[in-house]
Amino acid sequence: MGLVQWATSPWGNSVPIHIAWYLIWVCAIAGLLFMIVHALYVGIFAKPKKFAVNDTPSVIAGVPEQVIRHSFVARAFHWVMAISMFALLITAFLPKVGVKFDWVTYHWIAGLVLSASVIFHIVHASFWLDFWSIWPDKIDLRDAKRRMMRALGKDAPPPARFAKYPLENKFYHFVILCSGLAVIVTGLFMMKRVNTLGIFSRNPYIFGDMTWGMMYVLHGLAGVGLIALIMVHVYFGVRPEKLPITKSMIFGHMSREFYLEEHDPERWLIEKAKKGPGYAPSDAD
Amino acid sequence: MAVIRDIMPAFDLLQPTSASDAQKLRQQYGGDAWIMAGGLDSFDWLKDRLRKPKVVVDLSGISELSGVRESGDGVEIGAMTTLTEIAHHPLIKSQYGVLAQAVEVVASPQIRNQGTLGGNVSQDTRCWYYRDGWPCYRAGGNICYADTPVGRNREHAIFGANRCVAVHPSDSVPALIALDAKFVIQTPKGQKLVNAEDYFVGPDIDITRLNIIQPGELLTSIRIPNTWAGSKFYFEKVRDRNVWDFPLMNVASAMKVSGGNIENMRIAVNAVSPRPMRLKAVEDAVRGKPANAETGEMAGKLAVQGAVPLQFNAYKIPLMRNLVKRAIGGVQEAQWA
Repeated sequence: MGLVQWATSPWGNSVPIHIAWYLIWVCAIAGLLFMIVHALYVGIFAKPKKFAVNDTPSVIAGVPEQVIRHSFVARAFHWVMAISMFALLITAFLPKVGVKFDWVTYHWIAGLVLSASVIFHIVHASFWLDFWSIWPDKIDLRDAKRRMMRALGKDAPPPARFAKYPLENKFYHFVILCSGLAVIVTGLFMMKRVNTLGIFSRNPYIFGDMTWGMMYVLHGLAGVGLIALIMVHVYFGVRPEKLPITKSMIFGHMSREFYLEEHDPERWLIEKAKKGPGYAPSDAD
Repeated sequence: MAVIRDIMPAFDLLQPTSASDAQKLRQQYGGDAWIMAGGLDSFDWLKDRLRKPKVVVDLSGISELSGVRESGDGVEIGAMTTLTEIAHHPLIKSQYGVLAQAVEVVASPQIRNQGTLGGNVSQDTRCWYYRDGWPCYRAGGNICYADTPVGRNREHAIFGANRCVAVHPSDSVPALIALDAKFVIQTPKGQKLVNAEDYFVGPDIDITRLNIIQPGELLTSIRIPNTWAGSKFYFEKVRDRNVWDFPLMNVASAMKVSGGNIENMRIAVNAVSPRPMRLKAVEDAVRGKPANAETGEMAGKLAVQGAVPLQFNAYKIPLMRNLVKRAIGGVQEAQWA
């Protein structure tokens, strides 16, 4: 029982054709197990969060009642991407587990929507938002170590509050970036193999059987990986302690209390004076 | 790839004597069971070692699945009834002549003596890339070898292609669709009836199969209502060799004509699409119109709308146009049944 399904090409070569479909269940179960283990850990073993807080009264006074976290454009991107991602997962994997329907057209259209939204996001985040806000910095790494030590019951200074995004959020973004780009790039090439209503001219001979096979395998591996990643994302989105963040992805803002509790004004600057109440310059998604 | 030919892989041969036993065996073995009717499709697969089932369920010993039985509202044909028996059956010939004509031109006399109606409608596609064991979409792979710039696709689909461009090869199916037949399927939950055209599935829904039969299900008979008994029938099959070949295309129609006008009609074509096509738009368009060449011309043009030819099968478009025209307007050399 391998990870990859192989076939013999017309020329007698053994070539990969796609992943073994049981990996769908492996990833779904892995996602489920993560959620169970995490919920048990948080509910039974985790210690209350404790951050190093040294806000001056002037900093506190400068924080508005509603702190804008995501602009309308950033939220629109997120939800368009989410809808297309769900459409892609449903159209890709339901037929594999026995729910038969005409999935190919819906799949590649959703794939094009995802590709367009991700390209938009890269440009938007690179030139209009704080590009680096979603990448780990030195303080994140230092605080990760401190949090780990404290979780294990060892002495360590309390970590600083988060910048705009917690380190876990940044790691998740990186993993989803890798898997997302993998499915997008391979998926765009795979559109040369199906009828796309004239958008792409069909030509299955642009690559050899082995290259195509590897492409299908990579597409499949990244795809099943996204099952677990999306499950975990939705799980965190509905966890009570994360609801303010989830709500901010709907309404655009979070409360002053939550901001001061979880986020460090020194690391996530609120430039209220420049643009009026609630303005946040680092609006990366 | 087919490497060893003519030596079948080892399997357990199960020979049930009742339909319920056969259905239970299907249920018991699921995807590991291969159902064999006349064996004409099965032995190709088995001898080429492209199918290696654990068990083969041979239906030939089930007498209840054979024979033509007249019922109050039509006729019921057992799935294991041979094509020869159907072609020569007096009731079929007199009342449902389009089916007799269709099965009479299936392959050769020897094959018709062995081949069954259930096997004919449930056989797999004849795309040679697929039948030769190449890892195409239909075989679970990720390419259609026939639908490439150099693929040999003269016999393939002009409608309904979705990654796979193979066509359904049956001659009897268009006649059964024209007669509004119902397929009787034994399932673990009991019996179910499906319309003839709904028995088949295209690659858009399920690329690895041609019909809706699931592991655990068994086609037991085909019921033909007397709605179209004695109607004006037309069947024509076009093939490369008239002595013995699969269809390049075939057409079957049943038409009720009153005062020279078409009261109602059912028409179907096969070998143009991965699933047999009932031409509903044509049926609607010709209703109330005179059954003549002019109406046939119009119907033929309507029938081919949306056709997408491949590299080597554009001839199928005028062929289909003309077959539909002839089915409605008649043709001097054609015989009305």
